[in-house]
Amino acid sequence: MRRNLEGYLFIAPSMIGLFIFILGPIVASLFISFSDWKFTTGFSGFVGLEHYRNLLFEDGNFWLVFKNTLYYTFVGVPLSITMGLILALLLNRNIPGETLFRVIYYIPTVTSAVAIGLVWRWLYNPEFGLINSILRMLGIQGPGWLSDLNWAMPSLIIVHIWQAMGYNMIIYLAGLQNISSELYEAAQIDGATKFQLFRYVTFPLLTPTTFFLVVTSIIGSFQVYTLIAVMTGGAPAYRTAVYVYHLWSVAFQQLKMSYASAMAWLLFIFIFVLTLIQLNLSKRWVFYG
Amino acid sequence: MKARLIFYLSIIVLILGAITMLLPFLWMVSTSFKEPGTEFAYPPEFIPRKIFTQNYLEVWQRLPFGLFILNSFKISLLIVFGRILTASLAGYAFAKIDFVGKNILFSLVLATMMIPFAVTMIPLYILMRKIGWINNHLALIVPGSLFHAYSIFFLTQFFKTIPGDFEDAARIDGASTIGILWRIVLPLSKPAVTTISVLSFMWSWNDFLGPIIFLNSQDKYTIQIGVALFQGIEVTNWTRLMAASCISVIPVLILFFMTQRYFVRSIIMTGLKG
Repeated sequence: MRRNLEGYLFIAPSMIGLFIFILGPIVASLFISFSDWKFTTGFSGFVGLEHYRNLLFEDGNFWLVFKNTLYYTFVGVPLSITMGLILALLLNRNIPGETLFRVIYYIPTVTSAVAIGLVWRWLYNPEFGLINSILRMLGIQGPGWLSDLNWAMPSLIIVHIWQAMGYNMIIYLAGLQNISSELYEAAQIDGATKFQLFRYVTFPLLTPTTFFLVVTSIIGSFQVYTLIAVMTGGAPAYRTAVYVYHLWSVAFQQLKMSYASAMAWLLFIFIFVLTLIQLNLSKRWVFYG
Repeated sequence: MKARLIFYLSIIVLILGAITMLLPFLWMVSTSFKEPGTEFAYPPEFIPRKIFTQNYLEVWQRLPFGLFILNSFKISLLIVFGRILTASLAGYAFAKIDFVGKNILFSLVLATMMIPFAVTMIPLYILMRKIGWINNHLALIVPGSLFHAYSIFFLTQFFKTIPGDFEDAARIDGASTIGILWRIVLPLSKPAVTTISVLSFMWSWNDFLGPIIFLNSQDKYTIQIGVALFQGIEVTNWTRLMAASCISVIPVLILFFMTQRYFVRSIIMTGLKG
């Protein structure tokens, strides 16, 4: 009995926070998404599924930002994970200065997206930016990057990869260090080539790490906001407007809070279903030695 | 022979990668010390013709960056202290005390990590408006301090690894549970507490979406909002913009270099996003 009370007392502050700032708002958000919530007068009656219906069947911007987010995520995440894996494999062979490399590759991860966005905007500057200056020295006319309809999203994805690959590398290094060297020795005695070692030993044993990175990176990437807010604000022609950026704009610039809440719930459902699918598929390819 | 070659090739690729990682930062620092106008020179100059420190002074004069930094420090430090307090209490209960409903509550805590901030931010905004906390730092500090799922999870996992013998001995000597947590468990958990503190500080310092929703006057702005605002004012004055960016990243980079030993290791242990 005393232990019970003590337990509850210890978790009380966190639980109060959990209920007021997470669970309460989740329920409220669902409620708001089914209602007509005016910024000035508050609740003004229920509208049922109308916001959801409008989003899915009427609102062209919704599908545009959804497509943009899919593009950002499904190009950026696989590339940054692959780069992280390659870097980890290179670094995992007793390279001198390993710690220094780790620290350097990790710096972009701890830096704020505001500063990163600003410096990359400067690097991407079409006329005077470092990237196009270097290209010009090589005799190449660089594109307009962030202002170019077709290059804007790839430019943002490059920044994403640049920022995320060091983190992915660190996580892969941890995975690699858990693989026992006996497995490699046994495979080598059987005459396995380097490629076969990677294909049949390293890669399968890294699948739990890969799975972790894929799931968490997709969830994170679907919620990208700051980089887009600082670098493009959705321009050009809303080509780089991603889901949460658009949601923020609907909620806090257009003040359509109930519409934005419905958007938030669709995002939540999408992420949830996607994660469940991945968990199910994982049984086919993730190998828990 | 071939193995040597691959070894050296690896080093070359890693060095090229490291240069790619550092180049934007070096360019940022270099631009920030250039005389306005000379940053447009072609071919690009890495070393400024003359070191122009005036940019940093002007950043300070155009917007109250000192105040922004002070606000950021205040918010981040209070969140760190509050979070360590609440998360270590909860973590200790989840790790060491048996109580009815513990597993369900712990699962609930973990499940909240999957919920996008986009879902809770609108009701949070409405709530803060109702209680008059819009444009008040409390709107960031209180939720950030009271509940943070990852910190609770992280500390719970760490506390579980501390053997019960110490606590039993202390209990026989008449120590209270809170005394045990304070005098025995927390001192033994320095690496975990440090890691969570450093990460929490960085997350709060770098946060942009929270402050932009809850704060709306200059005297309350954090450094991230300040830099973004400065971008709107200076537009293409890259020397000053880069000086402001440098100012905003320095505290976090110093903290990272000081604690990287601890923290890269714990990140490896837990697979935690930085």
